[in-house]
Amino acid sequence: MEVIRSQKRTVSNDVVSTPTLPLYLTAPHMEVRLEEFELFAIDRLRVLKGVSDGLARARNPNEMDDLVETLWKEHMRLSNVSEMINKDIISHFVLRLVYCRSDELKKWFLSMETALFRHRFRLKKIEEQRAIVGEFGLPYKAVIGAELESLKERLGLVARSHGQISSDGTCNMLYFDPMFTLSHLAVKLVPFLMEKFLSFLSFAVENIYYKVPFEEVPDLVASRRVLLQKGFAFVAGTQLVSLVVTQFRSHLSKALILTNRKWTTTIREREKDRLTPIVEALSTSYLGPDYSQSNEYADISLKDIDQVSKSSFPLCMRHLFEKLREDHHLKHGGRMQLGLFLKGVGLKLDDALAFWREEFTKKVGSERFDKEYAYAIRHNYGKEGKRTDYTPYACSKIITSAPGAGDHHGCPYRHFSEDNLKAALSRMGLSSRGMEDVMDKVRNRHYQLACTLTFEAVYGTSCDTGINHPNQYFEESQKILKSKTPAAPV
Amino acid sequence: MTREETETSGEDMMIDDPKPKIENDFNVHYLRIYYGNLFPYTDIHKWLSYGHDGKHPGCDEYYFGRREFSFTLENDVYLRYKSFKNASLMEAAIKSNFPYKIDIGAVYSVDPDKRHAYAQSGTNLFTPVERELVFDIDITDYDDVRYCCSGADVCSKCWPLMTVAIKVIDTSLREDFGFKHILWVFSGRRGVHCWVCDAKARRLTNEQRSAVAEYFRVYKGNENNAKKVDLMGHSLHPFLARSYVDFIKSFFEGELQATQSIFSSKEKYEKILGMITDEDIQADLRGKWENSARSSLSEEATSLLRWEQLKKALQSKRNKALSLRTCVEEIVFTFTYPRIDLEVSKQMNHLLKAPFCVHPKTGRVCVPIDPNNCDEFDPLAVPTLSQLIEEINSGGLRMDVDDDDSDSSLLGKSIKFFRSSFLEPLLKSCKEEIESSYKTKIAKTKDSFSW
Repeated sequence: MEVIRSQKRTVSNDVVSTPTLPLYLTAPHMEVRLEEFELFAIDRLRVLKGVSDGLARARNPNEMDDLVETLWKEHMRLSNVSEMINKDIISHFVLRLVYCRSDELKKWFLSMETALFRHRFRLKKIEEQRAIVGEFGLPYKAVIGAELESLKERLGLVARSHGQISSDGTCNMLYFDPMFTLSHLAVKLVPFLMEKFLSFLSFAVENIYYKVPFEEVPDLVASRRVLLQKGFAFVAGTQLVSLVVTQFRSHLSKALILTNRKWTTTIREREKDRLTPIVEALSTSYLGPDYSQSNEYADISLKDIDQVSKSSFPLCMRHLFEKLREDHHLKHGGRMQLGLFLKGVGLKLDDALAFWREEFTKKVGSERFDKEYAYAIRHNYGKEGKRTDYTPYACSKIITSAPGAGDHHGCPYRHFSEDNLKAALSRMGLSSRGMEDVMDKVRNRHYQLACTLTFEAVYGTSCDTGINHPNQYFEESQKILKSKTPAAPV
Repeated sequence: MTREETETSGEDMMIDDPKPKIENDFNVHYLRIYYGNLFPYTDIHKWLSYGHDGKHPGCDEYYFGRREFSFTLENDVYLRYKSFKNASLMEAAIKSNFPYKIDIGAVYSVDPDKRHAYAQSGTNLFTPVERELVFDIDITDYDDVRYCCSGADVCSKCWPLMTVAIKVIDTSLREDFGFKHILWVFSGRRGVHCWVCDAKARRLTNEQRSAVAEYFRVYKGNENNAKKVDLMGHSLHPFLARSYVDFIKSFFEGELQATQSIFSSKEKYEKILGMITDEDIQADLRGKWENSARSSLSEEATSLLRWEQLKKALQSKRNKALSLRTCVEEIVFTFTYPRIDLEVSKQMNHLLKAPFCVHPKTGRVCVPIDPNNCDEFDPLAVPTLSQLIEEINSGGLRMDVDDDDSDSSLLGKSIKFFRSSFLEPLLKSCKEEIESSYKTKIAKTKDSFSW
């Protein structure tokens, strides 16, 4: 894959002929524009994060199928099919570079790509599925003849043990024995015979059995969905997903190790002025709106700020706010985190200055405030220095910050002790049941999900997109509260 | 006394008394004599070397040295990540420590001694690469279905549960999974361990081990559910069907009734009635059995009769509800089907007690069990430390592991069995594998020289 700056992209003919679910076995021979390098990867990352969210919420396989279909359409769809396939392949390989760089990143990427593949595979028709199996070059042959004969009865038992039975009590799994089925058909009436014959045809196509070493299909073995004999599992055509997903995962796992090696030895240095910064930024990137421009929901004035902090602030900001009121001071990290948040929430510069001045002068006096702190506030609003209008921090940034002694910034779900967090949650009004759910997410290190569950518990509503940004929490909260009491300030 | 990293191993070993009582047939002095004279160091080394004895150019001479062992010493001192370059170093270490328990862990990518040197970078280079597929069956997991003993005790009435477990699992490992080199070992008190040593088994990943363990799992019980075995579907999987027909049905209807009398008291039969989902049948049977409470039949005969009545009651309603179809089988499975400790099997780095150790609570040696003759095995007749020491003292024999007369002594029989039916076939197969993979490697390098 060659990354270029030119306007046109040349694509090799191989790409067009691959099926619609690529296996990413080898890096493609194509040129990629630099902008696409990043943008395609970001879109795919949105899909993977959606998958991650779905899995963390324990969606069942059918729900995951739907979720994947929706996510794919939303982020990866392009006007023509070959463009879509290109984007699919390019984005995957870019993300390999991003996520090969540590064990933790590898593990996440492997899980999400495997899940994505599994559900995209499940959505394909059986012929396409079989074509994909062929693509992998798996050496498994269909079971036929005398061997099949000897296994037939037990294969039927396996199928029946998982309830695949038709209403007339006969077993639906035909194991492709034309003689058996024809003699069975011979005694039936003609229309019934025709119907059975036609359904026989479709079954015959589907219910072929493959002889596969049992290690290749661990999930089918674990649930006793296959017959085992002398170390081999007999996998039905309809069970191909398991086989293929295991292969996919194993291949990708090995590929990531190789990619990592290449990255550390050559690519990272060679690309340090071009691709490397993009790659390094992608793994921690936040993908939602940046809240640098506040909107109509969020114009707050100073007189409302205390009330609003109790009703609509996420826990991280509420904590900072309370500490500021308590200590009349915040250290740098806290000032940045809270200050930018308030900007995103709609606090104008003049009000911000007044707000911070009110608190800080209780401790340091107004002269020192003007000298040491006012400048920084103006800087945040882009009125000083290089005039960058800084954007409020997203959850990913807050979670990865490291509050030290005397600091109050960071993410409480990550940085608080269990006891302190529980106390804080109960002050927000969570019941003990709700708290347990939140703590469970915290223990599994799903900090943003914990915050989402808190949101859902506090406002009695579900938040399907999940919380990714404190300002998002604030906006959603305001929406809900305003819809309940339109007139009064909330 | 320091305590290094701990790892839970198969059997929960808490040494309650600092000074073990002599009436338990165990004491430190005897242990020293045992490890000084009787423990089969060479056999264990040969086993765990899997043919890498340095005699063939294809051997990996460092293979044995990358295996983790752990020692549990007197006073609960636990030493992990022990490794030995060869048999004599292993022997020397055991003879200087006289461990109460020796555990065998995995073969790692590097010598466990040197693991810290490799843990520096972001990716972990100290990982397990081979480990036998192991199973641990402990009779305390059956406490809800055995009435003769509970807890650490075991007797001739409940031991047959272990026998049935061995038969079911051993058959499946060979027939379904195709494994050949399987070692069953008495755990010393109340259970059995299984070591599957085929090369394929040793290379299984954690996920694959988990799959095998789940394949065997049927019982999903805790005190909160009355019905702990749920066999859904319209038929049993062939593995379960074979286990039922070949082993557990006859065991349930024969020996189990005789030893456990599972229907003979109200408390006992209520437990079984709770597994029947049809309330009418429950009430019907309950009525019958309450009325016949004072019959003159023996406990065993009463149980058998009530079992027949139960089967008949279910048979008549079989076609009405799907859940009743498999009820009979479910009850049989609940009382007899093997219950393995899943956690032991799932992870490569899990440590398990070595064969030929001595159990500190019972003084019995962890001897191999022949799966083809497991009906004959009696846990209460296994040689104890004091019996072995007695034998040495009276016979004046110094136990020599290469002695041809060894099969006449108490431990000799076990060692001979270990060698002839397990070790020799295993080593033969290992040599063949080393030979063939060496040949393949040579052939490949030859190709690469082609111009």
